[in-house]
Amino acid sequence: MIRTMKFIRSLAVAALLLPLVATASDEIELDKAPISFDQKSLQHGAKLFVNYCLSCHGASSLRYNRLQDLGLSEDQIRDNLMFTADKIGEPMAIAMRRDEAKKWFGTAPPDLTIIARARGSELGSGADWLYSYLRGFYRDDQRPTGWNNRVFANVGMPHVLWELQGTQVANFVTEDDGQGNKMKRLEKLELAKPGTLSPAEYDKSVADLVSFLVWMGEPAQNTRKEIGYAVIAVLIVLAGLTYAMKKAFWKDVH
Amino acid sequence: MTTKSQELLNWIDERFPLTSTWKEHLSEYYAPKNFNFWYFFGSLALLVLVIQIVTGIFLVMHYKPDASLNASGIPVAFASVEYIMRDVPGGWIIRYLHSTGASAFFIVVYMHMFRGLLYGSYRKPRELVWIFGALIFLCLMAEAFMGYLLPWGQMSFWGAQVIVNLFSAVPLIGPDLSIWIRGDYVVSDATLNRFFSFHVIAVPLVLLGLVAAHLIALHEVGSNNPDGVEIKKKKDANGIPLDGIPFHPYYTVKDIFGVVVFLIFFAAIVFFAPEGGGYFLESNNFFPADPLKTPPHIAPVWYFTPFYSILRAVTSDFLMVLQLGMAGIWAWTLMRAPAVWKAVVTVIAVLVIGGMFFIDAKFWGVLMMGAGVVVLAFLPWLDRSPVKSIRYKGALTKIAIAIFVVVFAILGYLGVQPPSPARNVVAQVCTVLYFLFFALMPIYSKLDKTKPEPERVTWK
Repeated sequence: MIRTMKFIRSLAVAALLLPLVATASDEIELDKAPISFDQKSLQHGAKLFVNYCLSCHGASSLRYNRLQDLGLSEDQIRDNLMFTADKIGEPMAIAMRRDEAKKWFGTAPPDLTIIARARGSELGSGADWLYSYLRGFYRDDQRPTGWNNRVFANVGMPHVLWELQGTQVANFVTEDDGQGNKMKRLEKLELAKPGTLSPAEYDKSVADLVSFLVWMGEPAQNTRKEIGYAVIAVLIVLAGLTYAMKKAFWKDVH
Repeated sequence: MTTKSQELLNWIDERFPLTSTWKEHLSEYYAPKNFNFWYFFGSLALLVLVIQIVTGIFLVMHYKPDASLNASGIPVAFASVEYIMRDVPGGWIIRYLHSTGASAFFIVVYMHMFRGLLYGSYRKPRELVWIFGALIFLCLMAEAFMGYLLPWGQMSFWGAQVIVNLFSAVPLIGPDLSIWIRGDYVVSDATLNRFFSFHVIAVPLVLLGLVAAHLIALHEVGSNNPDGVEIKKKKDANGIPLDGIPFHPYYTVKDIFGVVVFLIFFAAIVFFAPEGGGYFLESNNFFPADPLKTPPHIAPVWYFTPFYSILRAVTSDFLMVLQLGMAGIWAWTLMRAPAVWKAVVTVIAVLVIGGMFFIDAKFWGVLMMGAGVVVLAFLPWLDRSPVKSIRYKGALTKIAIAIFVVVFAILGYLGVQPPSPARNVVAQVCTVLYFLFFALMPIYSKLDKTKPEPERVTWK
């Protein structure tokens, strides 16, 4: 009997809650990443990646010589992008030890080879996440690194691009959460001290870096689409031919 | 045919039934001439099976079932998939064919099963064809589940963890059973290696055997058709069904066209959307497996979600509904069924109704999820309609099938969503409707106002 009552009650509660289900959503909004696969952007992205990311994060499934796909020669790669490896065929791995990294940052920095694919969610593509994340750092003296992030709260990573972007501070507003509790909500980020790049230049640089990360997630993606058009074109022709063949064989079936 | 090749053929035929097998299964296998769109999916399922086997062979050449971490801290199995995607020539295409093939297999098989449901292909004399098919479906689920662990991403790991943990709900032996399945206290290298073994050899062997049995049984009784009438009842002077045409060349050329059209859609996904919008390859699975980081929302791949929803719908306050349902079936059997069934159902009813007072809801959820699949096999005996095809069945059956399709889709949708109280109630209602479709079939299929079947097949 108690069980019956419980069941009926949960039915009633559910009916009341139904309209709420549709409106509940995560509060993080991602900006659309203006990624570009032209070679200039990808090369610039590769340069930023090697200079700012590759000391802590590896890209262990990507070999240096694959960067030839971005229109670079082996010599260019060797002279400008290879700082830690000896051979051009080596993967873009890092020397930092994971156990030490864990001590320094609280968690070992993840390998970034397919980070752009992994960060996709219903909020946006992986590129959108990365683009918003890399532009979302702000000063927070309560964090050991002095930095916090709008997209990834209490992240272990410091703002490695701060010289380029400058220093952002967060404006918080205090709001009622609907149940009488006061909640602090991050309203917007403001540039308190400009960096070496203007905001527009910084956004462009981050877009290039994200473009490179997206390319790195699946270096074959352009080839894939090119082959795809050819395959589908051939199949459509084949569909016409096989349909004619079927018609010819079936002409005497009534 | 030249004398030389005729001689060779004779030589073989004296030692192996080559010509007679060819005739029996292809050139003189008479299939009804009125197959429609729905009849493409049988041969397409065979095509996808071949795609999976061939691509699988090449993947195994490069994949390493090893959960230990490499120098960069990435699990070797996970890294070997990326190695296939980057360093193996043509590796990405083989991998995408395989990963897309898994989802395509279920799409095609669900369509194939739905065809059987529409036209009564499970009815006498095709009960065994249907049962072999249900077993193939079961095998396919096992195959897909174990294959999904192999990329060793977060969803692979936690999906397997959740599903294997379900076995721990079995009374008495549960905890030991789940450890026995995993080979460890958590999903680990031991689990990865045994799942690899099952995925590449054990289950495919059984699957191939069942597919052969499915086809042999089909060719023994002959194919059904959209009218659900037996073409073997009307034969010409040579004993050939009047409405039958040889499978080869008629259906071979027709199915080749079907294959090409299917491949257009398949290629569109493989080449332009291999992630299938996050449903065929889930974003979270591009993070390597981490036993210390539980993802906030663990959802199985889309093709399991209707059954996963049934599992989640069975909560402790829902058990009462199941008890009522069981009591209903029991009462009905006591009134209507033969003595043997009365005894069998009484034993089951006492165990289930009584057991629900003592055993955790999780266990009953697992049982219901299993029952959701197994119940399909009973269709041949649940359908009491005098006609086979939906074309001649009445409104009751049409409404029942329509509700069933909607309910199945809703359950599938709910299975990919995180649970909430409201969604859970919807899932519970749908679970009840799902099982009522089967439980009430003996009643509504008999009450239904049917139209008379035609003597011969039609071209509708």
